[in-house]
Amino acid sequence: MMESAIRTDKLTRYFGKVHAVNEVTFEVPSGIVFGYLGPNGSGKTTTIRLLLGLLEPTGGQAHVLGYDTESQADQIRNHSGALLENTGLYERMSAEDNLEFYGRVWKMNTGDRKARIQELLSSIGLWDRRKEPVVEWSRGMKQKLAVARVLMHRPRLVFLDEPTAGLDPIAASALREDLENLVQQQGLTVFLTTHNLSEAERLCQQVAVISHGKLLAIGAPEELGERERGFHLIISGDGFTPEVIAKLKSNVQVLNVHQRDHQLLIDLKEDINTAPMVQMLVSSGVAVDEVRKDRASLEEVFLKMVEEEEKNGQ
Amino acid sequence: MVNDIWTIVWKEWHEVVFTRKNPRGGITYILIIIALLGIFMPLQFSSMWLTNSVQPILWSWLPIFLAISLVTDAFAGERERHTLETLLASRLSDQAILFGKIAAAVLYAWLITFISLLIGAVTINIAHPTGSFQFYPAGNLVIGLAFVLLAALLVSTIGVLVSLRAQSARQAYQRMSLALMALWFIPMLGVQFLPASIQSQIAGLLTNINPQQVVIWVGIFLLAADVVLIFFAGTRFKRTQLILD
Repeated sequence: MMESAIRTDKLTRYFGKVHAVNEVTFEVPSGIVFGYLGPNGSGKTTTIRLLLGLLEPTGGQAHVLGYDTESQADQIRNHSGALLENTGLYERMSAEDNLEFYGRVWKMNTGDRKARIQELLSSIGLWDRRKEPVVEWSRGMKQKLAVARVLMHRPRLVFLDEPTAGLDPIAASALREDLENLVQQQGLTVFLTTHNLSEAERLCQQVAVISHGKLLAIGAPEELGERERGFHLIISGDGFTPEVIAKLKSNVQVLNVHQRDHQLLIDLKEDINTAPMVQMLVSSGVAVDEVRKDRASLEEVFLKMVEEEEKNGQ
Repeated sequence: MVNDIWTIVWKEWHEVVFTRKNPRGGITYILIIIALLGIFMPLQFSSMWLTNSVQPILWSWLPIFLAISLVTDAFAGERERHTLETLLASRLSDQAILFGKIAAAVLYAWLITFISLLIGAVTINIAHPTGSFQFYPAGNLVIGLAFVLLAALLVSTIGVLVSLRAQSARQAYQRMSLALMALWFIPMLGVQFLPASIQSQIAGLLTNINPQQVVIWVGIFLLAADVVLIFFAGTRFKRTQLILD
């Protein structure tokens, strides 16, 4: 059995009446990328702060790398690295000095610091620009340097709080690639918060979905799919009248029907033969342009869970 | 612990002193201060600059202006530039971060004052040569540097306390300036409102007082204030509170 890098038990944090994290229980095995998914304000950052011992929980408990977050937070911070909401870089200093500082913080000796700075900056293509003040760099470059800073002291566990947020698609893709390579090379555990579902699908071996501080689901992305996703039929065309939609909804195999402009999204209970359904639409006067049957993406599963949670909350 | 404090000092100096883009520091700023204290002022005071026994107390005010810019930036500047949370998420202990910030400002002010004093001695020897090398009396120099250290510690600790709660370096700087103005003007104005008889008693006391006694009492006051403020700063520095702020 794999050792747990993180284990929480009913971890809770209130800010006044707001339940930022509400009885969250999960386990993160060592050596994987764990995605912590949730919309803005769902409690992702607060969870990281609790796990790093930067905030005290209102209830429950958590162990990170075997250390208790309340009584052994210094040990947790000693063995982990964190890229929080901001890059945390000293922008008036050069890239090299930023890494040098955090190398000193983690008591690396001079030779090791120099070698590690060269290794990390070379691997993200920034070695030639190491002497430049970071303030002159693009956001994407700063974010790459921030990831290098997190990995500087070879931590066993890293927390990455929405590392690609605010980056343009090219910079985000480049950073994801770097992250993938670095994680593979270093063999560490990554706790990644994001609301970018394609990023989570690509990078994470396990994901948890959180909304309004509550954990909604946890498992491998494909496992969540089997449990929550189901299949759906996407039909593009014109002439989706209320009568046609009502007819579809009366089908026992249909869970729900959503109309978006010139598209009909039909949630199915299982992978059934949909030819009769399409035939019915054509005979009802719908001008069908394209038909596609697919499994719902992680994004759709995520949206569904969050919507349901919001409905329940109301 | 000492290594960790030194790491923070290294970072503060690198960020504030040795970077080209820093509006509050930089080598040019330091050179101007050294020129003022090491050349201009000694030329104004002439040989008295080296011999006057009250000089140590006068020197002790110099580092205030040097330490303020660095110390107000300590936490408020980090908060403003969004680097504070990352620093707090590191392995450094609360004490290392707090004392590192204070030490950076104290050493910065003390070193610049020390260098300025050495240059001041050279300036006097060049401007007013006597045939032999003139220098500060050993006692004056030791007491003076001790005062500089105590005064810098006082200002730096007050500055850190202000900076801990301020939202920006500018706000911290303004609050610090107000605090220092109050410290300076309240006793001066307070004396004006005292009855004439008490005012004359105070004047008489100051006229007859032994300068050595002044030095001792001011030294004891600074030391006591430093100890109390450092203890207070230690109790006010809380990671959780800084994150929530």
